[in-house]
Amino acid sequence: MADVLVSTDWVAQHAKDANVGVVEVDVDTAAYDQGHVPGAVGWNWTTELCDTLVRDIIPLKKLEELLGKSGVDNNTTIVLYGDNNNWFAAWAFWQLKMYGHKDVRIMDGGRKKWLAESRELSTERPTLAAKTYTASAPDVSLRAFLPDVQQASAQKKAALVDVRSPAEFTGEILAPPGLPETCQRGGHIPGAKSIPWGKNCNDDGTFKSVDDLKKLYADQGIKGDAPIIAYCRIGERSSLTWFVLKHLLGFQNVKNYDGSWTEWGNLVGAPVEKP
Amino acid sequence: MRAEGYTKRRQPLGDWEIEIETYQAGDVFYCTINNVDPGARFARAEGATREEAESKALEKAEKYIKQTRRFTTT
Repeated sequence: MADVLVSTDWVAQHAKDANVGVVEVDVDTAAYDQGHVPGAVGWNWTTELCDTLVRDIIPLKKLEELLGKSGVDNNTTIVLYGDNNNWFAAWAFWQLKMYGHKDVRIMDGGRKKWLAESRELSTERPTLAAKTYTASAPDVSLRAFLPDVQQASAQKKAALVDVRSPAEFTGEILAPPGLPETCQRGGHIPGAKSIPWGKNCNDDGTFKSVDDLKKLYADQGIKGDAPIIAYCRIGERSSLTWFVLKHLLGFQNVKNYDGSWTEWGNLVGAPVEKP
Repeated sequence: MRAEGYTKRRQPLGDWEIEIETYQAGDVFYCTINNVDPGARFARAEGATREEAESKALEKAEKYIKQTRRFTTT
C-alpha cells in the first residue's frame, strides 16, 4: 500500500534506527505507560497536540518544541501509532502534514495489532537527545473552517462526509457512551453523507485495501473528482478518514473540519438535518 | 515484557454491542471495552486476574451506557 503506512514488522525492525522516531498517541492517555513499542515517545493529545487556551491545533512554536524534545528533526521519519485503530495517530499525522513534515507514516493496525501479535513492550520512557525542528506555516488547504462548511452545505460545492456512527448521524445520541456530550443538538450537517470511520478498517485494526476503500466511497458518490470535507465530533475520527481519502486513495482536495459537530451542533440557528 | 494472552470478543450490553479486549503485561491484566458501532474505547480497567480486570471494566461500561441519553429522531 502507500508509503505512508508501515507494518508492525517494519516497526519492530526499524524503531531504533537513528533517523526514525516512533510516537504513540492514544485516546486513552494512560495506555502508553502500560507498555509501548520500545523506544517510542508518548504524546498526550489533550495537552500536547492542541492549543490549551484557545480551541485550535497545536501552535507552531509548541509543535517545534514538542518535536525537538522528542528527538525529531526535519529529516526524521516519524512513525505514529495508537489505540482505537489509530484515531489520534491520524490526528497527529494531519497536524504534522499541516506543518509541512515530509516523512510521516502510520503503523498499520496500531496498538491493537502490536498487542495481538504479542510483540515486545517497554514501560520506560526513552532518553532522547533534543534536536532543533523548524516547522512551516500551517497549510490551511488541509483544514476546513466553519465558513467553508457552511458554503459547502448551502451550495453543494464540496462533498461532506460525516464519519460518526449512524446513531450520532441521525441524532439518536449526541456522542458515544463515555464521551462528553458537548453539543446542544443532534443530527448532521444538511447534505452530508454517512460513512462511519470504522468502515475504513479491518477487524485487526489495519486499513482495508485500496480497492475496497475506493468502492466504499464510490458507492456514496465520492470519487475524488470534487472537493471533500470530512467531519466527526471533535475532528479526530475525521482525521482518520481524511488520511484515507488524501493519502491512501490519493484524492487531491480533502479537508478535515476539526470544528466538527461540537462546533456545528452548538451554533445558534445552524441548519440541522435529521435523520 | 510482551502482551500475553490477547483476546477479544463481542457481546451485547444493554442495547449496544461491545467488544472486550484483554491481555496480560507483566503481572497485570488490562481490559478495554469498545462500543462496536461508534467504535470508541470507553471503559478500561486493570486487575490481578483476567476475570477481575474484565469485571471492573464491564461495571464501568454499564454505568456509561446507562448515562447515554437517546433521543427520538423524528
